[in-house]
Amino acid sequence: MSIQAAAIVLADGTVFEGESFGASPASGITTGEFVFNTVLSGYQEVISDPSYAGQIITFTAPHIGNYGVNSTDEESANPRCEGIVVRELSRRASSWRAEGDLVSYLEQHGIAGIGGIDTRRLTRHLRDNGAIPGAFGTASGSELAAAAASAPGTEGRDLVASVTTAQAYTVPTSSGSSRRIVALDLGIKTTILRNLAEYGTVEVVPASTSAEQILALSPDGVFVSNGPGDPAAVAHVPETLRALLGTVPVFGICMGHQMLATALGGTTYKLPFGHHGGNHPVRDLTTNKVEITSQNHNYCVDVDALTNVEVTHRNLNDSTVEGFACEELSAFAVQHHPEAGPGPHDSRYLFERFADLMDRSAS
Amino acid sequence: MPRREDIESILLIGSGPIVIGQACEFDYSGTQACRVLKEEGYRVILANSNPATIMTDPDFADATYIEPLVADVLERILDKERPDAVLPTLGGQTALNLAMELSESGVLDAYGVELIGADAQAIRTAEDRDLFKQAMIEIGLNVPESGIAHDMTEAAAVLGQLGLPVVIRPAYILGGKGTGIASTQAEFEFMVGRGLDASPITEVLIEKSIAGWKEFELEVMRDKADNCVIICSIENFDPMGVHTGDSITVAPAQTLTDVEYQLMRDTAFQVMRRVGVETGGSNVQFAVHPETGEQAIIEMNPRVSRSSALASKATGFPIAKIAAKLAVGYTLDEIPNDITKMTPASFEPSIDYVVTKVPRWAFEKFPGAEPTLGTQMQSVGEVMAIGRTFPESLQKAMRSLEQGRAGLNCDAAEQLFDQVETAELMAQAAIGTPDRIFQVESLLRRGVSVEDVFQATKIDRWFLDQILMLCEERSTLESHRTSGSTAGDVVASMDRRDWRRAKQLGFGDSQLAYLWDMSEEEVRAGRLAAGVEVTYKTVDTCAAEFEAETPYHYGTYEDESEVAPSSRDKVIILGSGPNRIGQGIEFDYCCVHACFALSDAGFETIMVNCNPETVSTDYDTSDRLYFEPLSTEGVLNVIDAERRSAEQGGGKLVGVIVSLGGQTPLKLANVLPPELILGTSAASIDAAEDRNHWSALCARLEIPQPAGATASTLEEALATTDRIGFPALIRPSYVLGGRAMEIVYEPEDLERAWKAIASNGSLGREGGLSADRPVLIDRFLEDATEVDVDAIRDATGEVIIGGIMEHVEEAGVHSGDSACVIPPVGLSEATIAVIEDYTRRIANSLEVKGLINVQFAVKRSDELPGSGQVFVIEANPRASRTVPFVAKATGVPLVKIAARVMCGATLEELRVEGLLVPKVQGDHIAVKEAVLPWSRFPDVDAVLGPEMRSTGEVMGIDTSVGMAFAKSQLAAGDRMPTDGTVFFSLADRDKVIGARAAKRFVSLGFSIVATSGTAAYLTEQGIPVAQIVAKITADGSDSAAGEVDGVELISSGGVDLVVNSPRGRGPRADGAHIRRAAATHLVPLLTTAAAALAAANGIGDWAQSDLQVRSLQEFHAGVWVSEDSASDTYLKSNPVELR
Repeated sequence: MSIQAAAIVLADGTVFEGESFGASPASGITTGEFVFNTVLSGYQEVISDPSYAGQIITFTAPHIGNYGVNSTDEESANPRCEGIVVRELSRRASSWRAEGDLVSYLEQHGIAGIGGIDTRRLTRHLRDNGAIPGAFGTASGSELAAAAASAPGTEGRDLVASVTTAQAYTVPTSSGSSRRIVALDLGIKTTILRNLAEYGTVEVVPASTSAEQILALSPDGVFVSNGPGDPAAVAHVPETLRALLGTVPVFGICMGHQMLATALGGTTYKLPFGHHGGNHPVRDLTTNKVEITSQNHNYCVDVDALTNVEVTHRNLNDSTVEGFACEELSAFAVQHHPEAGPGPHDSRYLFERFADLMDRSAS
Repeated sequence: MPRREDIESILLIGSGPIVIGQACEFDYSGTQACRVLKEEGYRVILANSNPATIMTDPDFADATYIEPLVADVLERILDKERPDAVLPTLGGQTALNLAMELSESGVLDAYGVELIGADAQAIRTAEDRDLFKQAMIEIGLNVPESGIAHDMTEAAAVLGQLGLPVVIRPAYILGGKGTGIASTQAEFEFMVGRGLDASPITEVLIEKSIAGWKEFELEVMRDKADNCVIICSIENFDPMGVHTGDSITVAPAQTLTDVEYQLMRDTAFQVMRRVGVETGGSNVQFAVHPETGEQAIIEMNPRVSRSSALASKATGFPIAKIAAKLAVGYTLDEIPNDITKMTPASFEPSIDYVVTKVPRWAFEKFPGAEPTLGTQMQSVGEVMAIGRTFPESLQKAMRSLEQGRAGLNCDAAEQLFDQVETAELMAQAAIGTPDRIFQVESLLRRGVSVEDVFQATKIDRWFLDQILMLCEERSTLESHRTSGSTAGDVVASMDRRDWRRAKQLGFGDSQLAYLWDMSEEEVRAGRLAAGVEVTYKTVDTCAAEFEAETPYHYGTYEDESEVAPSSRDKVIILGSGPNRIGQGIEFDYCCVHACFALSDAGFETIMVNCNPETVSTDYDTSDRLYFEPLSTEGVLNVIDAERRSAEQGGGKLVGVIVSLGGQTPLKLANVLPPELILGTSAASIDAAEDRNHWSALCARLEIPQPAGATASTLEEALATTDRIGFPALIRPSYVLGGRAMEIVYEPEDLERAWKAIASNGSLGREGGLSADRPVLIDRFLEDATEVDVDAIRDATGEVIIGGIMEHVEEAGVHSGDSACVIPPVGLSEATIAVIEDYTRRIANSLEVKGLINVQFAVKRSDELPGSGQVFVIEANPRASRTVPFVAKATGVPLVKIAARVMCGATLEELRVEGLLVPKVQGDHIAVKEAVLPWSRFPDVDAVLGPEMRSTGEVMGIDTSVGMAFAKSQLAAGDRMPTDGTVFFSLADRDKVIGARAAKRFVSLGFSIVATSGTAAYLTEQGIPVAQIVAKITADGSDSAAGEVDGVELISSGGVDLVVNSPRGRGPRADGAHIRRAAATHLVPLLTTAAAALAAANGIGDWAQSDLQVRSLQEFHAGVWVSEDSASDTYLKSNPVELR
């Protein structure tokens, strides 16, 4: 691995010096929206999470790559993030689970990386100024600055179309359950599928699938997945949901949460720098218990105006809505990631809640 | 669930003296708990026998009992105070065991006291190995399989189920005797046979060996609402087989995938719930198979621990503080995160740096102890270092240890390992020892592959590869120096990127100086010229996601520094580094007190230290905390940063306090800007240390001192003893705790001792002998009483005597290992006046500004007891080990006063202000007793000498010398018998005092047995001897028929107290056997006649009077007199016969 000097230039002109690794785009430039993630383990899951489409992920944990990569921990076959920023890339992978090293994995998937960065300084910058577009790579400072100035953010962008499955496919149940779940794929993570499969056979369908097509699969419940980009730019999914609500139980996670809120008449807004990590406390207002959650979202929902919706979960750090339920329409959703991957398993009970809801609605 | 209103008062049990395995971390946790509970409005009652702790400061609890931590004493406290609850989870194993004892004996029920934090059933489940194992199996968790065998056939059956390798542990044995790991059938048969023989009940436990598995720990917290969080994951660098307290550990875990980590997290919560720890912090330990990932539970501690202190310092999440709040009913989401203030404590810290903890051992103090690490912890202290990466934190930790290492390599000491041939070094590295990490470095540097080193050591390949990176960087750096290149050339060849790379990997300027053969100053100047300066990041619990309110910093080499400008006058206080024998919690107490006093006086206080166990490294203690090595570079960097912060904010750096943290900061006095040294000047410090200067000073002041000189060669040493005569005391300069100090009786003795000092022992490694570091040789004063004085002098020349301590053991036993008494009951009024006068003269002559400790020896005078000639032994113009004890005995906050004096206040001003109060004039006597780690080193002879070996201390306080002494013995772990048999075996010189002790024992109804010589003397003195004990045969064979030797007598349970003083010369075999037998069979052992006499008096008083407990607050509320005349007034007209 040859060390090549590289730099990050943010849209506001801030510069960070480092070294390149991973894929090398011909232009020597990678652009995207810079965000940070504070998980201590699970870099492979984060990199392969389709919700990061359009983004460049800064890992606050300094050593990245320590245990290599393996096929089980992949959240999608094709990682969609634009690039990654680390403090110290491990040159050796050490784990009985490792099937390869991180650099080869990035090269294979065309993802560029930059190391040796004062990631704490970058994180503080993002915290104070918000997620910001920018560029990094081995190109000259002026080229990077020019690219940064025109780099797109995620605001107003529909990125779902770029990550949803082209064709429907079936994930067989792992428990022998006879339930049928249709999962609307806005960028679905493998761990979600694994969790859903414990409760039924999962029919994964493209984001553009219509309500009729979904109902034609005679589901016991419909699941709306996580996904990248600005929820306000994805208008067709809330429309689909509106047609489904009341006829079949609906459960949403992350972008699915935002889609469901929009379908019910709520709105979404962008958080300054989002929630990306594995340590946020969320209170389940129905039990008063605190769960430590996996988080990855830039947008939040506002459902205050809705009378038929009850907020069920709140983030204890900033009081933002982390979940709501609409009992009369048998629908609920959470903003955080109960499937974890990576992160704590505290919220996995939500899948069981979905199963209970499906069973109650069926009887 | 808010604060509990149904309880009003809480008894907190501390952990007692510092011992191996239980150190300052429980002062840290206990201090936090006291603070929190007081803030919450509870009446806090504290029991702890350790006077050197912060928590036993009378301000921290409503009633502070410095009393022995034993069940009957605790019962007295319960009876007197009637608390509603007992909190046992913050005082280590000591508190937990005591709470269990009180619970099981029904005492808690009898007084209607509730255990909070963890109940008896939970403690039992966690602590009883078998119950714990069953509980784990019950919830489907994996524990190492095991079986029990009583003979070879049963053993073979167990082995059939488990397969090799297995660990064989005999039942009911002490100190791991007969334990071993068998990897072959032959080893198995041998070890089972040996184990069955070793076990008194012929039983062995055979356990599947998991040595070589990876080891992890999780720090868990749980509240009443069953909210559970992990505060920190810790990965051990050393694989299973080395006690975690003796392992290098790293936080957070580095080699676990998230899938594995989350499995571990889920398991930890299951364990917590099954064991039933309702609230508070616990620690769960895991083993992970390196090739299959199989996880097994090793153990859990249902209390805060050394690891939780480390986790608190590593993350900024104060586990003990939160645990105390949870114990009184709060839930995690009701408690704010201290550091961010805006977010709740119900979260899991994320950290953006790497923390490495490295233990510090003291094997050099225990000749005969095998420096092999195993399942029993042996380290006496530890350091923690924070870096952005593992290599950086590892090198910083190595520097922080202060064992002559500048980092992992690049210093003179690396040659010790480089000289060893590869196969031999590989074999050495396979065994866990303090040197293993350096052996590994040397192997990797010479080209041995990571894989080969892994196979030999089972240290994870990731860690090994990181060390290999350091080796590679070393050779890159080395290549900057070519033949003929000057210092300037080398430095010029380093560009900014080169410097950054080296510094980011943790290479200190001193390492580069070694590598390039130039001075550290030249390296520093070159680096700064290249624009590479240290930056300080913040420990903030959240990886910068939220703004941090608490300035808890560590240094690294990055783009951005986070030190905020400040507008106040500020003082930097340098801490004492890792605990070691001779320098421990006492100095942390001093540093913390300085913080408190200066903060109260309006200064901004800045602490620099690297010991994770301490109160000083609690971010609540100072205004700013720098968790950094106390190296030249580490401290200069902090000074630069704080100067800049002052410039930016309009504040002023007033100076640096170097005299409160023991030798560690004192050694830095010469490299720091002289104008910044607060208090006594560096020149005065040197004057007291420099032999010639000091002798001249004593001569000028007409203060007698033992004849002596310095020597840097054996010839010079022999010439000195020719002149001054034997016995002589020899000691290296610039050491603490009497390192390598010895009394020699003849030239051969001197030659042997000299070789030990000059050879490549630990001292050699620390710099060895040189003209700059000569050996001091003094005539040793026999039959003298040693006296310690702590005093404070201010800039106007006023001196106050803080306390005069009379030692129980004779001069020659290191003052740190000797019991001592306040007030000095055995000294006459006239002698005390002489001592006070000498102290004043010395303090004035050295122009001390702050504390000074002076040691004296008072020759025994048979004509005028307590009035012999006074000699000065040495003076140290700095805080001494005894300052906390003196402060607690007298009620005068000496360190607070000294800190203010160092910053310019006069004693008169402080008197007016009310900080300098008169000494308490009560009727109490305080005895400080040392606690020694013999039980950890069963192969070492339990004899006191000039080299300090104690790890901690206790205080006994009562209204008579006897009771105070008896309490101190009880607190130190020796319960004196009230009747039975005392076995005397004395050296000739001890027989006079020994006979006095024996007479007293007889009058108390004891019977006496003695070895022949001692028996003859006692009989001569008219003391009845019930039995003459045979000498132990030279070849160790059984004694002749009809005769019983000392070992047999002790083993048979026929002795209740052993008094054995070692002979100064000649064969020591007999005594050593007797002492070892006493240690093995837990029979109280006294090794000086003086201690025996004190014990006899104590037992007498104990028998006559009822055991009373009184709080420090009650003692301090005694009669008040002027502080200056105190020592004169409280002196009895007739000295007590202490010795």
